[in-house]
Amino acid sequence: MTPAEPSRRHAAVVLDGVQKTFPNGTRALAAVDLEIGEGEFLGILGPSGCGKSTLLRLVAGLLRPSSGAIRLSPAVRAAPVGFVFQSPTLMPWASVQSNVRLPLDLQDVPRTEADARVARALDQVGLRDFAHFHPRELSGGMQMRVSIARALVTGPRLLLMDEPFGALDEITRHRLDRDLSALCAREGLTVVFVTHSTYEAAFLSTRVLVMSSRPGRIHGGQPVDAALPRDDAFRASPEFTRTAARLSAMLAAAMEEKAA
Amino acid sequence: MNVDDERLPGRILSLLAPVLVGAGLLLAWQLAVELNDVPVYIAPSPLQILRTLVHDWGLLSGSLLVTLQVTLVALLAAVVLGVGLSMLFVQSRVIEAALLPYAVILQVTPLVAIAPLIIIWVDDSRAALVICATVASIFPVITNTTLGLRSVDPGLLDLFRMHNATRVQTLLRLRVPSAAPYFFAGLRVAAALALIGAVVAEFVAGTGGTRSGLAYQILQSGLQLNIPRLFAALVLITLTGIALFGIVTLASRLALRHWHESELPAER
Repeated sequence: MTPAEPSRRHAAVVLDGVQKTFPNGTRALAAVDLEIGEGEFLGILGPSGCGKSTLLRLVAGLLRPSSGAIRLSPAVRAAPVGFVFQSPTLMPWASVQSNVRLPLDLQDVPRTEADARVARALDQVGLRDFAHFHPRELSGGMQMRVSIARALVTGPRLLLMDEPFGALDEITRHRLDRDLSALCAREGLTVVFVTHSTYEAAFLSTRVLVMSSRPGRIHGGQPVDAALPRDDAFRASPEFTRTAARLSAMLAAAMEEKAA
Repeated sequence: MNVDDERLPGRILSLLAPVLVGAGLLLAWQLAVELNDVPVYIAPSPLQILRTLVHDWGLLSGSLLVTLQVTLVALLAAVVLGVGLSMLFVQSRVIEAALLPYAVILQVTPLVAIAPLIIIWVDDSRAALVICATVASIFPVITNTTLGLRSVDPGLLDLFRMHNATRVQTLLRLRVPSAAPYFFAGLRVAAALALIGAVVAEFVAGTGGTRSGLAYQILQSGLQLNIPRLFAALVLITLTGIALFGIVTLASRLALRHWHESELPAER
């Protein structure tokens, strides 16, 4: 990855003609140009196999692009990028506290400082009283909160989330969406949030990208004009309904394009 | 399964049942020997065996210590070497491909066939016994631990990679804890095999005139037609095996009870 500055001052991430072809020949992503602004909450929506997870893993540095470049702003690069997986991905043998502390332990952050930062991260996700629990003692939603706390503990400016609430029931999911919106607005985080739910994308995002598949590419974008953070009232607003309907139509068109 | 098993009387019964069966069998054995006047050199009664155990305790306890020592040292060696090799295996597929065939060869060659060689080659007879028992017990440690060190949540592996974790950090913080349940399953098998290995090696060495463990006592008692002592030595070997199994099971429970499905309390 080149250390060059992003073209615009307020861009947190710039993708410049990024392509990804896997060694087995699968073209996961065809030339993607994308600029993600600082403080933006970017939703990425698309059918399965459209390369949205690949896109996220490229930005996280877990994959190298086959061609093209990904540039992160200096502010983003100042701290490790936070990543939240599809499943909670916790160490079952370790307490909630040890799980959240892991990124700091790997960087050899002194224990007292690390514990203070863990306490703050657990506060942010509302799990202050669960530090000494083991993952299996928590519900699926709470495990996901632990996973978010672990992503936040290093103080990232960029948070990447790969369908984090896809496996949760709708009530839990709504509550987590609402809390996430409040948290990201409060911390001024830049977020890339992959989902296959038009409603979730419309609720959380300041802008939604719709992708189509084979090879994965960006089909279109849709801004969402409503103040952050979003709350339950937003779910009943005309803007939310309109956006969700428009995203559904775009998603249908994107799937159509694939079939053609 | 019977629903009543979950109730307290049911649980007491399930504990009591095997004890009652054992007591019944022993009683039947005692009666069969006494009523039929079976000579003691064919089959001693349980009470005679118990009397021999007490009477010959000085001799038998010395042999028990020898067998126990050989078994435990061999088990320790199998764990240290086996875990070390497994850690080497997961660092590189090439190393595994180069060494695993030889571990398999050691495993599939019957111990009784190679024990005489080891006993000839190694001057110190105690060391020879330990080597035999180690060879017998190392394989399940290697295969299970290697499998466990590889059975790591791919998401967690990604997370370690994203935070630039070193190989050592990934090994100690992720692979070793992930491998613990697999390791303990292997250890249970290895503990039994170490005892078997020690006994088999003693049998082989015993004919060479080495005064030592319980197997030697069985051999000697057989030759002298001292059948009660033979049975007493046999009882001690069995008890040693049961004790080893119990200790390993307990260690597994202590290590895994907080998180692994296999050791969670049943009521959850």
